[in-house]
Amino acid sequence: MSVAGIDAVSAILLIPAAAAAVLALLPDYRTGSRINVGAALLTLAAALSLFWNRPPVGRYLLVDDLNIVFIVLTTFVGFTTSVFSASYIAHELKTGRLTPTYLRFYHAMYQVLMFAMNLALVANNIGLMWVAIELATLTTVLMVGIYRTHEALEAAWKYFILGSVGIALALFGTILVYMAARPTVGEGLDAMVWTHLVARAAGFDPALLNLAFVFLLLGYGTKVGLAPLHAWLPDAHAEGPTPISAVLSGLLLNVALYALLRFKMLLAANPAALSPGPLMVILGLVSLVFASFMLYRRRDIKRMFAYSSIEHMGVITFAFGMGGPLANFAGLLHMTMHSLTKSAIFFAVGHIAQIKGTQKIADIGGLTETHPVLGWGLVLGVIAIAGLPPLGIFMSEFLVVSSTFAREPLLAIPLVFGLLVGFGALLLRLGGLAFGEPRGATGVAEASYGPMFAHLALVLCAGVYLPGPVVAWFQNVARLLG
Amino acid sequence: MDKFSFDVAHMLAGSLVLVSFVQLYQDRIYALLNVFALHAFVLALSVAWQAYVHDAPHLYVTALIALGFKAVVIPVVLHRIVQRLGIHREIETVVGIGPTMLAGMGLVALSMVVMLRATPEADPLAREDLAFALSVVLLGLLLMVTRRNAVSQVVGFMSLENGLMLAAAGAKGMPLVVEISVAFSILIAFIVIGIFLFRIRERFDTVDVRALDRFRGERG
Repeated sequence: MSVAGIDAVSAILLIPAAAAAVLALLPDYRTGSRINVGAALLTLAAALSLFWNRPPVGRYLLVDDLNIVFIVLTTFVGFTTSVFSASYIAHELKTGRLTPTYLRFYHAMYQVLMFAMNLALVANNIGLMWVAIELATLTTVLMVGIYRTHEALEAAWKYFILGSVGIALALFGTILVYMAARPTVGEGLDAMVWTHLVARAAGFDPALLNLAFVFLLLGYGTKVGLAPLHAWLPDAHAEGPTPISAVLSGLLLNVALYALLRFKMLLAANPAALSPGPLMVILGLVSLVFASFMLYRRRDIKRMFAYSSIEHMGVITFAFGMGGPLANFAGLLHMTMHSLTKSAIFFAVGHIAQIKGTQKIADIGGLTETHPVLGWGLVLGVIAIAGLPPLGIFMSEFLVVSSTFAREPLLAIPLVFGLLVGFGALLLRLGGLAFGEPRGATGVAEASYGPMFAHLALVLCAGVYLPGPVVAWFQNVARLLG
Repeated sequence: MDKFSFDVAHMLAGSLVLVSFVQLYQDRIYALLNVFALHAFVLALSVAWQAYVHDAPHLYVTALIALGFKAVVIPVVLHRIVQRLGIHREIETVVGIGPTMLAGMGLVALSMVVMLRATPEADPLAREDLAFALSVVLLGLLLMVTRRNAVSQVVGFMSLENGLMLAAAGAKGMPLVVEISVAFSILIAFIVIGIFLFRIRERFDTVDVRALDRFRGERG
């Protein structure tokens, strides 16, 4: 049993790593994209098997109720995105935006990114987790710059500089946690093992722990895309290949948030340390309200949805900051729904931008008439992300708002305000994009609709009926988060 | 720990902060690279001293990496790049030297206040080391935001990483994992930056980041 469990964890790390090596050597891009999909599917299967075979906790790797949710979500979206990416890049090759050599590099990097994210999620060692997140950052920097245009290079440079600064601050925070733990846990490796830390956190020096958390919040918060540290996010989303935008929004932001949650649990285990909740609540609200207003002035479609990601990461951070079983439950649900919906939207937007040959909102219109499947897919996605019933995000936002009203009615006012402002902006833009006079090129769509509708169907299901075992699992995790 | 070794460690960490200040007012790119080499050299000395005092032989590896890689290889390579690109003219600072130095002093004061208050119980070497390390990190950040040239931003980032190394070395018994990872990440970062420099060169014929500013998101 335990042997099989260890194998499952190694599998979700080794499959992407091996696939990356193979893809880097393979010259043919068609085989490359198939191997990419196959490897992602295998990783997903290995991740699902973790439910039955949970490995024992090691000094480096850990699988518990919390990170299984993240791992399954990551590998699932990783798989669907690889399917989408296969049809997306074929078009990019045809239009000459990418060359076969770059595609080889792209596929290898995609698997390295999957490896890095999985490693960050299963790491039981705060140093290892930091290394993994750093690796994920560097990989995405390279992917964002892959088109080598003016805009792509600036976006990648900005992302690189801001990401590195964030990562550096997070490392400083990690060192401070070690310093705080050393007197209690003892020198050496043990003082970086998360499970040891959390078990003995009550004896740590609270002042050092507080300071560490501030650095970690700023550092990993940059990666989550929280305002005012979000400046890299819209550029990186808009200028990279769309599959990468989907993975960035849907997964990488979550992984950074996961790191923050781990440290939040550490602080919660020390009664004398400051409570991390209010800091997260403030950053979350600022991001939400700021991004909602920014949504109105967007002229680039991918950039608009990037701001919408900042908005939703704000809501999620807010919910986890509030804490308590109900708000944590809502935060987890919202995170899952947001990942699924936002990547579905990016799948649609990717094909739309390819057909129209532009990302400018002004040049895109009447999609439901010219491309009914894509157009209605986008409508459904935007309705979901704006938070209309009966889709999943409505339910999670409703839970966030109602739990806030019950405990801190004053905080609920800016929350609801931000949500409504964002809602208005999205629907306003949707009208022009999907309905009315068709604008722009009307070429035939060579799209794969499977991934988009699979995600949207899941979001719809979750909104109408959430299965009992899922609810029980999320409730359990919400209790763990405290 | 006896008073002498404590004083030496203190002096070395303090010198690192001083060299960070020296970096701030360099307005020629070659001079900046030379000062950075000195910065890495002082770091290597400081880490080696920690290794000696704490009897932690693995730290010598870290010191060697700092000495060989950061104090020699990187400055030499950057010299070459600068030469090849022909950008050895004056560095344009966004803010003047005076305000930058004042801001630097403010940041050092801030890190002293924050760290020394937060760590009254930690052992004195560790806490003062951390205070110095935080100062170096913040000064590195300041260098990054006051420069426009891509090469000097990279130098700022590397001196920021030097500050992190100082902190990691000062944390007694910290596993090697982290030191190697830091060194390794610098290596990767450098490769990335190298690629970037060449790409920027290819596209714009300059490494002045202002050339990139033509794109400001959504002006058009």
